[in-house]
Amino acid sequence: MRVLVVEDDRETALFLQRSLKENGHVAEIAGDGELGLALAREGGWDVLIVDRMLPRLDGLTLIETLRREGARTPVLILSALGAVDDRVKGLRAGGDDYLTKPYAYTELLARIEALARRPAPEEQVTRYTVGDLTLDRLSHKVTRAGQPIVLQPREFRLLEYLMRNAGQVVTRTMLLQNVWDYNFDPQTNVIDVHISRLRSKIDKGFARPLLHTVRGSGYMIRDGAD
Amino acid sequence: MTVLTRLLGSSPFRLTIAYMGAFVAAAALIVLYVAWQANALLTSKAVEALTAEVASLRGEFEARGAPRLVAAIEDRVKVPGAGLYLLRDAAGQRLAGNLPDVPLGLAADGQGHVFSYAGTTGPPGGNGPGERLAVGLALPVAGGLNLVVARDIEDQRQLAASIGRMALLGFGLLCALGVGAGILISRSTMARIEAVTETSRRIMAGDLSRRVPLTGTGDELDRLSESLNAMLARIEELLAALREVSDNIAHDLKTPLNRLRNRAEAALRGSDAATHRDGLARVIEEADELIKTFNALLLIARLEGGALAESMTPVDLADVIGDVAELYEPVSEDAGLGLAVSAAPGMRAVINRELVSQAVANLVDNAIKYSARIGVPAAAGAAPAPFPHREIGIALRRAGDRIEVAVADRGPGIASEDRERALQRFVRLEKSRSRPGAGLGLSLVAAVARMHGGSVRLEDNAPGLRVVLSIPARRAGTPDGM
Repeated sequence: MRVLVVEDDRETALFLQRSLKENGHVAEIAGDGELGLALAREGGWDVLIVDRMLPRLDGLTLIETLRREGARTPVLILSALGAVDDRVKGLRAGGDDYLTKPYAYTELLARIEALARRPAPEEQVTRYTVGDLTLDRLSHKVTRAGQPIVLQPREFRLLEYLMRNAGQVVTRTMLLQNVWDYNFDPQTNVIDVHISRLRSKIDKGFARPLLHTVRGSGYMIRDGAD
Repeated sequence: MTVLTRLLGSSPFRLTIAYMGAFVAAAALIVLYVAWQANALLTSKAVEALTAEVASLRGEFEARGAPRLVAAIEDRVKVPGAGLYLLRDAAGQRLAGNLPDVPLGLAADGQGHVFSYAGTTGPPGGNGPGERLAVGLALPVAGGLNLVVARDIEDQRQLAASIGRMALLGFGLLCALGVGAGILISRSTMARIEAVTETSRRIMAGDLSRRVPLTGTGDELDRLSESLNAMLARIEELLAALREVSDNIAHDLKTPLNRLRNRAEAALRGSDAATHRDGLARVIEEADELIKTFNALLLIARLEGGALAESMTPVDLADVIGDVAELYEPVSEDAGLGLAVSAAPGMRAVINRELVSQAVANLVDNAIKYSARIGVPAAAGAAPAPFPHREIGIALRRAGDRIEVAVADRGPGIASEDRERALQRFVRLEKSRSRPGAGLGLSLVAAVARMHGGSVRLEDNAPGLRVVLSIPARRAGTPDGM
């Protein structure tokens, strides 16, 4: 995956570049907004990571310019501004996701991987399959090895989100944002309990677990041995 | 000297002087007018009397001839305080009377004129010799005789002059009194304003406990001072709160920072990779806690700045509560607590869904935390937990023009004297200082409530705590949709 990091703090940018490289990605750095816009226009990126406050050209203007020019590369906005309305402004400018500094690298990685593999709007999938687990978005039915599994509406949405990102790490914050539509972190790890309930419904009684906990990051649904 | 110039230049003094000037001018005009009118009236009365006398003298002459007229005049002249008379024949020879000659400027036209004469032979009671003032009329009588009849009005003139002098003196006194009063008034006003100035200087110098002295009269200066004092008290209160907050920030951020540092140091001291790894993981954990505290702080500051008003939408609070309850239901069940939700749909309010959700989530979070703790079987020998209903209640109800969200637990509760303090930022009541959590949960709820024009109150759930979040039900009954 080719990632453009538009970030003016050199140490942060180098840290991201090095870390992404360790995860098998290629990252290039632009130290200001104008350079970032020029590099982004060249194209060929899978994801752009754009800091909101940049010298020369601020992050939001950069994204708005790209979107006006028709570029659809997914953008993750990084910002020290974390209030509700800042997030809304960032997404309205054309960002696809918004991460508040300070962030955990695993959170950032999970989010850009989810962004890069996100299907384009026109190819709407109606059915997800992971191993012998299937989820039908139209009939709202879930089966494992042919047996129907009854899920609560929220559990269905939780599973749907996990399966859409099958094989990728999904963090607790991502689940809260996408399944519950909350942008705050509850003091208690409420998500863990929801996951363990879902797990007991889809994995219990089957030899091979599909829903895995990724230590220090979040969760992942995938077929295959640990 | 500067004191005097400042006094003379002060606005109360200028006002007094201006007022006095206008008053004196008006009074002088009135006095002049009255004096002029009175003088004219007296003169015309005198002329009337003279005309009547002339008529009677002429009647005397016509009835009995010139010698009788001369005798009549001689008679009248003898009466003390009498008028002035002069009767001359055609040759200008004086026949009778006490006037030496026809006064200058007294035309023989039968009209009244004011003239002056040498008053050596003036009537008794006069002011001695010299020019005296009189009013009289001259007219020809038949047979070439010329008659002058006049009245001495020197007394009238003297009276007028002395009234004029008295008026002048009075106005002078008035002016002096006015200036004096102006100085007095401006001095007392200036002294009070000076007190305000002095107080504000002291405050600027750093002594915030200073207050403007009150005179107790309740006048406008007192009222101004009172509101200044109230403002100062508020500022002092805010500064004290700020100081307390920064002390608390220092405590609540420095303590975990120190822990973070300790952990990093401990990890560094370790010799094997496993210790390093474990130590680093704990460092990250601690850092995450710090970030949470920091975010909560920033959010509260932001909310108190009131900057999020644009993101408010009409929302059914029953949905908000249902979603939060649904999020927490598994956790509370795991803690062995029931979650009883009573929320009838249809109670709409214009809110920021995210923030109200977070506030309610904080309340439920707290309720679970505190109830769970109580529910843990006590150590051997201790009394069993006295709370039979292990349940958390979330209730939505309408109270007048407000909507109230109440989250109730059966935990230890908060003593009534501690409730007010519990809502303040960073205040974690001493009894719970050792427990996790940055102490920002309730203050965040309070900040969210304030931002929505509402309030938070803590009540006794007998036993346990009930936190009531009360927000105005604006646009109640609006149809669904945004």
